[in-house]
Amino acid sequence: MARAISTNRKALNTAAAGTLGFLMFFPILWMIVLSLKTEEDAIRAPLEILFSSGWTMESFGAVQARSDYFKHFSNSVIISLGSTFLGLLIAIPAAWAMAFVPGKRTKDVLMWMLSTKMLPPVGVLIPIYLIFRDTGLLDSRLGLTFVLMMINLPIIIWMLFTYFKEIPSEILEAARMDGASLREEVIYVLTPMAIPGIASTVLLNIILAWNEAFWTLNLTAAQAAPLTAFIASFSSPEGLFYAKLSAASIMAIAPILVMGWFSQKQLVRGLTFGAVK
Amino acid sequence: MKLKNAFFGATALVSVASTAAIAEEITIVTVNNADMITMQELAPQWEEATGNTINWVVLEENVLRQRTTTDIATNGGSFDIMFIGAYEAPIWGANGWLTSLNDFADDAAYDLEDIFGLVRDGLSADGNLYAVPLYSETSFTFYRTDVFEAAGIAAPTEQITYTEFADIAAKVHDPDNGIFGTCQRGKAGWGENMAFVGPMANAFGARWFDEEWVPQLDSPEWNAAITYYVDLMTNSGPPGATANGHNENRALFKDGKCATWVDATSAANDVRNPATSNVADVTDFFQAPKQATEKGTGWFWSWALAIPASSQKTDVAKDFLKWGTSKEYFEMVGESKGWVAVPSGTRISVHEDPRYLEGAPFAESIKNAILSVDPTDPSLLPVPYTGVQFVAIPEFQGIGNYVGQQVAAALAGQSTVDEALANSQQFAVREMTKAGYYNK
Amino acid sequence: MISPAVILLLMWMIIPLGMTIYFSTLRYNLLQPGNSPFVGWENYFWFFTDPSFSAAMINSLVLVGGVLLITIVGGILFAMLLNQAMWGQGIIRILVISPFFVMPTVSGLVWKNMFMNPVNGIFGHIAKLLGFAPIDFFGQMPMASIILIVSWQWLPFATLILLTAFQSLDQEQVEAAEMDGATWASRFWFITLPHLARPITMVILIETIFLLSIFAEILVTTNGGPGVATTNLTYLIYVSSLLQFDVGIGSAGGVVAIILANIVAFFLMRMIGKNLDA
Repeated sequence: MARAISTNRKALNTAAAGTLGFLMFFPILWMIVLSLKTEEDAIRAPLEILFSSGWTMESFGAVQARSDYFKHFSNSVIISLGSTFLGLLIAIPAAWAMAFVPGKRTKDVLMWMLSTKMLPPVGVLIPIYLIFRDTGLLDSRLGLTFVLMMINLPIIIWMLFTYFKEIPSEILEAARMDGASLREEVIYVLTPMAIPGIASTVLLNIILAWNEAFWTLNLTAAQAAPLTAFIASFSSPEGLFYAKLSAASIMAIAPILVMGWFSQKQLVRGLTFGAVK
Repeated sequence: MKLKNAFFGATALVSVASTAAIAEEITIVTVNNADMITMQELAPQWEEATGNTINWVVLEENVLRQRTTTDIATNGGSFDIMFIGAYEAPIWGANGWLTSLNDFADDAAYDLEDIFGLVRDGLSADGNLYAVPLYSETSFTFYRTDVFEAAGIAAPTEQITYTEFADIAAKVHDPDNGIFGTCQRGKAGWGENMAFVGPMANAFGARWFDEEWVPQLDSPEWNAAITYYVDLMTNSGPPGATANGHNENRALFKDGKCATWVDATSAANDVRNPATSNVADVTDFFQAPKQATEKGTGWFWSWALAIPASSQKTDVAKDFLKWGTSKEYFEMVGESKGWVAVPSGTRISVHEDPRYLEGAPFAESIKNAILSVDPTDPSLLPVPYTGVQFVAIPEFQGIGNYVGQQVAAALAGQSTVDEALANSQQFAVREMTKAGYYNK
Repeated sequence: MISPAVILLLMWMIIPLGMTIYFSTLRYNLLQPGNSPFVGWENYFWFFTDPSFSAAMINSLVLVGGVLLITIVGGILFAMLLNQAMWGQGIIRILVISPFFVMPTVSGLVWKNMFMNPVNGIFGHIAKLLGFAPIDFFGQMPMASIILIVSWQWLPFATLILLTAFQSLDQEQVEAAEMDGATWASRFWFITLPHLARPITMVILIETIFLLSIFAEILVTTNGGPGVATTNLTYLIYVSSLLQFDVGIGSAGGVVAIILANIVAFFLMRMIGKNLDA
């Protein structure tokens, strides 16, 4: 990489990439702008919105008055964290076994697991709905946590598997020589080494669970409804609604957006599913 | 959850003498229309008075229907009170899915007889009442007096024809100045575009089924009606009309972007309310147009509160129903939101209240329009069903939604009117065959 | 140690799947309470003869194919651009990656209302400013609009993976080829693309998994219309089982979709499986 890059070239790159970044980010930026306007201003022409109208926080207040943000927010947090950690508990042993004691069918099992992810959820909604009704899990955080854990489990196992495979098995063997039990081997040797991989997995799964909008809408009513349901109640206008919709949208996506920004590096690693080294 | 519900149910039974002695939490699912939002704003007063709390689940109309129907048909028990309409109440009531509200008649203070008989009948099945109305509506034409005046058009005093209506819409259509000749529902759904298209088709002499339940969607009358609709919207409508349902059009009209709009009378209080509308002073109304017939040209609908049979908190739910449709409730809306904002078409006493008649000068014409609707005789030719803009059979939801999508496709120019109606006919025949209407 | 996961996933698959298969043989409509008689293959007959069925199959393919094409081609271009030397790369990367975090319902609603609405949306305002008639996106080009929205959400994903791949590209090999007089095009074709094969298959696999069951974006924007222009298989099953409440036919559709998904999965898995061994 000894090639010198001219300042001009670099400026050009920056301008091009900056424009690209701005365009990709613009819809979110626009949400932020509109959420800070009155409803009347929010439907004016873009330039008027930007330069000749005032700014206000009233939409956030209106949204909160309509629908309790913090209740939905805490449901989202509980469900997405809960399903991710529950999923880890089940996935770590499975991924360990597949990575270090692979059998003839290991790859088939892995492929099969991933293929369960392709089942269209709507095809099994009524059965799940009936099971939930009979077990009292409808509109419960527990039930939703379980469902989200199940739909993301294949992804968790897959990701962990790719990370574990990168860990040299000699290290584990050494631990076994020292008399570590299987459980100790996994907990004290494997897990710490795989922390970066596990962190990426956790992040991606929190995002997937947070944004899941089919099961969360159909299996909840009031008690367990997360932020996806919160947004659904602002989806059709009663009068002008752009500012309120923008405010509600920002409130729903901000936590995960900020989390994503701060954990970008781990996340990128996670997103590549070990496919890119 | 189940256990907890059972426990609360049991304690409610024990304490039946002293209703609401124990604070309960009830879940209400509602559509996000303006009058329901008002109810949500006033409900804390009920909560304070009774010590109970309410969980509101607010949904868009199509989603509301899907969620409530799934819940009630599978006996899911997620909701204690549902907002349903004149289509669902009789069908669900007859299925045993709703709690009968007959005992409301015994409550002298509630005065059930004060609710319009036509509306009560529409929410009953086999003589049992299954829901109480927050408001009822028919359809009529909203128009802008200032726009009509500027164009030199006199407001119709008699019921005009759709042909005359199209002429008016074309004259006042001025998109360059941001005003469209007419805004009508284009968003697909039996409760959305079909609510407008159905009565309009009635006016053209069309019917959904003949006396033998054979679908009639490929008839020349339907063709004339849909062709008219597509032409009207293409020539004088706003762009993107297939995305506009009732609420979208209401927003457009209140923002001053529409010269005419045939839609629910229940929107009048909102459109004429200076606090919520830009065109409050320049809006007036005339009858929904006719064409070949004046039968079935205005729809009948009622948004009403009902209690699913699966609710474990029936007593508290009933208490809320009585509160939300009581004389006092309407008075409370009048006092806090202005009498113009009071929901219409529910109580005789409200429609006779001088404060209401003064605050909402259009109330009398709304009442007369509603009372003139006859859902049992909705079309020119004889039909085996009741309902103006819907057919009161369970299969109608599916058929109406599909036809709605096809009409939207014709409106968007994705298919021709002939194709859309041929597809609709084919679908309707399939559905009716599946449901076993022809093997009896 | 693998068994808890396998058992759970098996249960998760087999119990609902078993019930779905069972329901698919019944005349079971939620709106018609009472007994649900056994009707054999009747529901499959109705599902396959549904005039919307072939349209839904084609729409599913167009949607998945369109989004894959845009995200992969766009992703390669974006990644090449972001791989250049520049200032503020971190911030720009944050901006580009952001759409991935937005929940599908939100992006559907925001695009539909604030951008594509022909009266009040930004595109409408811009068209008016330039003197054109505003485009009615969901009326005139419904599927393209959905593809645009979904691509916006998935472009960051493709870009990130491909960017990581670019960063691990052997620069010396590229420079050597350059010195040997290889053109830019042939360098790209013979060195860069083969290097990207694995990440690209990965993008295809992961995106296909999610794109086959696209639902929320359609629900909040077009409801599958106008007509059936944006009804994919998932949405068609939703219409059967949750709008017509015909659980029998919806279940038959579910079984069909599951079989199709498994066929797709089979081929994808073989493709990926090969790539994983390499």
